[in-house]
Amino acid sequence: MLNRSTNPAVGAPRLELGIRRSQSAYVNHYTMPRNSLLSFSFLFVNDIIILMGFKNILNQLNIPAQCKKYNLSLWQCPQLLFLIMGLIIIVSILTVYAIGTRYIEEPELVALMILLITLILFIIATIITRSFERLAEASRMKTEFISIVSHQLRSPLSNLKWAIELLMSGRLGKTEEKQIEYFIILKENSGRMEELVSDLLIVSRLETATLPLKKKEISLEDLINKLISELQLFTKASNVGIEFKSEEGLPKILADSSQVRLVIENLLDNAVRYIKDNGKVKMSLEKRGQNLYFKIEDNGVGIPKEDQKYIFQKFFRSENVLKYQTQGSGLGLYISKTIIKRSGGKIGFKSQEGVGSTFWFTLPIK
Amino acid sequence: MPKTILFIEDESALQKTFAEILKQEGYEMISALDGEVGLRLAKDKKPDLILLDLILPKVHGFEVLKKLKEDKETKEIPVIVLTNLEGIEDVNRAIELGATTYLVKAQYSLEELVEKIKKTLGE
Repeated sequence: MLNRSTNPAVGAPRLELGIRRSQSAYVNHYTMPRNSLLSFSFLFVNDIIILMGFKNILNQLNIPAQCKKYNLSLWQCPQLLFLIMGLIIIVSILTVYAIGTRYIEEPELVALMILLITLILFIIATIITRSFERLAEASRMKTEFISIVSHQLRSPLSNLKWAIELLMSGRLGKTEEKQIEYFIILKENSGRMEELVSDLLIVSRLETATLPLKKKEISLEDLINKLISELQLFTKASNVGIEFKSEEGLPKILADSSQVRLVIENLLDNAVRYIKDNGKVKMSLEKRGQNLYFKIEDNGVGIPKEDQKYIFQKFFRSENVLKYQTQGSGLGLYISKTIIKRSGGKIGFKSQEGVGSTFWFTLPIK
Repeated sequence: MPKTILFIEDESALQKTFAEILKQEGYEMISALDGEVGLRLAKDKKPDLILLDLILPKVHGFEVLKKLKEDKETKEIPVIVLTNLEGIEDVNRAIELGATTYLVKAQYSLEELVEKIKKTLGE
């Protein structure tokens, strides 16, 4: 749901503008052969535009939106300050060039100009550094806030969970069937809150890098088989068949088993959760070059095309998923991607709405 | 004589739930709402088992654990750490200090906890 500013409907006309700009830059480059310095800089700018992608640059140039995103005032916004600094550099180079050619006999004046410009640039660079510090501090505080709130939420949630369990156990006296129905609602919802808090804590620990990566030699095949047998009740209750094929003689890998397990659990949970009826989930594991390649395929509801670019974002939940399942924190795929990335692997997917999704990841063998 | 369990935990709601279920299982539960009282009761009552939370008022759970294991009178009492801290560094520290078991509250149901308690008491 976040960062919808990249909506293609909004982005398309801006993109055209970007292309026109870049074409004119090329024209300038080829029609100004006499001024090699200028043409070089135009070519350089052009290369940067191509390298970064037009849309990205246009998004970055939308300065008020960028500042709003980080909750910074316009004069503390790194994007604006960079733009000003860039303009000053260009203007100052041209001015120094002009003054230098005209007053070639007075080198003191030229030196003074350069000194003055350097001073201005230094001040701006200091402000930029400060604004980055503020951003980093804001991010740290946010993560710390999540961590504290999550810990504080956990105690009352445990109290609630165990009190409900005690009530449901019948140890405090007989409970009516109607009452049990409502106890189940209470229990399920306290469970959901617990899951959300748990996911938030993992995210906060991943972001503050306080979740250490304890690499050990593990067999991914054994880990998956164990997970399948542990989740058998859940998959049977969801009426979903699980199939797992593994290439023979696969090597062990160097990875943090609990974190890799969390990734597979998230992917499997998603696959099972978003299958409509009598679904099938196929998993496979094979060696590809210096990596192990894991794939999980389902015939579930799939992800709509317009939502596909957001699905690894924090808290993002696809609209069509919300139709089938209201539960879920929207953090599972973000956590999975972060873990795979820090383990040196890659993660991706392909999906078609109404047909199903295939998620994959790779992990280096050593 | 029923076996006694000392529960050092600052959440009174949790104390109440545990008191009920442990009584039904035939144990006697003693409550301590902070680390200081917990240490005193451990020495005075010599319980068969201690359930210990880590984030406690007055004396932190790690400090309580350290003192329990340093004291000749209490060092043999098994201690189950029952907390919501799940960082690996916390687990390692508790085990190094002599905790018998480390349980994260969010991961266990009440019945599972009762089973763990029984197992630790050798039942």
